[in-house]
Amino acid sequence: MTEPNEQPDFESALENLDQIVNNLEDGTLGLDDSLTEFERGMKLLKRCHGLLQNAEQKIEILTGVSRDGEERTKPLDDSPAPPAASDSPASADPTSLF
Amino acid sequence: MDGMPIVSVTDLMWKLKDTVEEAFPWVCVLGELSNVTYARSGHVYFTLKDDRSEIRGVVWSRTASSLKFKLKDGLQVLATGPVEVYAARGSVQLIVEHVLPQGMGELELAFRQLQEKLKKEGLFEREHKQPLPRFPKRIAIITSPTGAAIRDMLKVLTRRWRASDVIVLPAQVQGPTAAGQIARAIKRADTLRDVDVIIAGRGGGSLEDLWAFNEEVVARAIFECTTPVISAVGHEVDVSIADLVADVRAATPTDAGQMVVPDQLEVNAYLEGCSNRLQKALLTQLQTARTRLAAIESRRVFSRPSDRIHEHTASVDALGDRLMRAASNRLNQAKNQFTQVSRQLDALSPLKVLARGYSITELAETNKITESIKDVTKGQRIRTRLADGEIISEVLETNSNP
Repeated sequence: MTEPNEQPDFESALENLDQIVNNLEDGTLGLDDSLTEFERGMKLLKRCHGLLQNAEQKIEILTGVSRDGEERTKPLDDSPAPPAASDSPASADPTSLF
Repeated sequence: MDGMPIVSVTDLMWKLKDTVEEAFPWVCVLGELSNVTYARSGHVYFTLKDDRSEIRGVVWSRTASSLKFKLKDGLQVLATGPVEVYAARGSVQLIVEHVLPQGMGELELAFRQLQEKLKKEGLFEREHKQPLPRFPKRIAIITSPTGAAIRDMLKVLTRRWRASDVIVLPAQVQGPTAAGQIARAIKRADTLRDVDVIIAGRGGGSLEDLWAFNEEVVARAIFECTTPVISAVGHEVDVSIADLVADVRAATPTDAGQMVVPDQLEVNAYLEGCSNRLQKALLTQLQTARTRLAAIESRRVFSRPSDRIHEHTASVDALGDRLMRAASNRLNQAKNQFTQVSRQLDALSPLKVLARGYSITELAETNKITESIKDVTKGQRIRTRLADGEIISEVLETNSNP
């Protein structure tokens, strides 16, 4: 197993945590390794909680895609669309981007 | 010939043409299709027959491309259109502008035909189904931005799990252009950054309303999409072709919202459980170490008082060192859960062992630890290590145990 990144995403953090808990519960690790694993486990827990607490769910609507493939979006609410860039295809019907 | 006017073949055929076409500008004919041929031009040629007669028929490509189902031999149809005389061949044919299958609706037939075709091609096979991500980064939703489906989905998504972003790709989900829009939106969603799952759907409706999700172009787009696709079309009773091709079928848009993200409460409870298990497992380890240490101590005290004290002490030292190091450098950092652990560690300290009155004796010059009475001679200087210091002394006398 490779050492996890400094900032693993939620899924890999949870997977690692799962493995650590199982390893520790296995009881076959030495005391020193157990402490190391315990510490890693606590760090991952903190990471998971942090990711959940700081999550700011972004809900957007795709308004177009520029020529170089860059997506254009606006928040999904009733606020007016940002001024369209020159290469934005003019679309009168908001329900038919495609 | 008795004064009958003589006409050319062409004249005759043109007369026939005028007469027939004037008499049958629009007929509705019931019959069975046979010899159906889809020409490369897009026109469809066939024979329409019953048990005694037959007539040639054609569906021009423009009409054929709007047909929902495929014309096939043996199919009973109601074909409507003008009768035409084709003078160059001397034949009569029916120019079919509308065709309806008999026995079932045209949409139902189209559905069955496409289902059969795609099934044969293996598009519904389990081996093509991709698993959904457990914790999606960004969810692409393809639906009408003004419909009930998007509201239903967002309601569930925002309630259950806030750690996934959502990007809505607006598309018409009803009407003649819907299928093309949905298919293009799926292809687009497949290219957007971070999108790791796609939901395509709409609320319930009639078979006509849901038709876009039964069209081949949508089915192909879903099949070719490398990102997993959840279909969320209508209510439970309506199965669409999109449902069959999709990696996962949700019965309703709400259902899709529930499938695509976990429940935050459950995840929190799971994390809590992990935290408890971690602590419990570590405590168990410490208990075991403590028990072993106690066993070592008792053995030394009761059975071999003077033997290999240094070795035991050394292992106690090492173990104690590790625990102390861990206690101070690591456990202290891990918040209040550690206080309990550190308290236990303290009880294991090697200092306490020495404090109980045990000591180690070394030869002062060589630092060799004395293991036997034979290691020292009268007059030699020895160093005795105690918990809080050391004593240098000179050997006055040695006595072996009897």
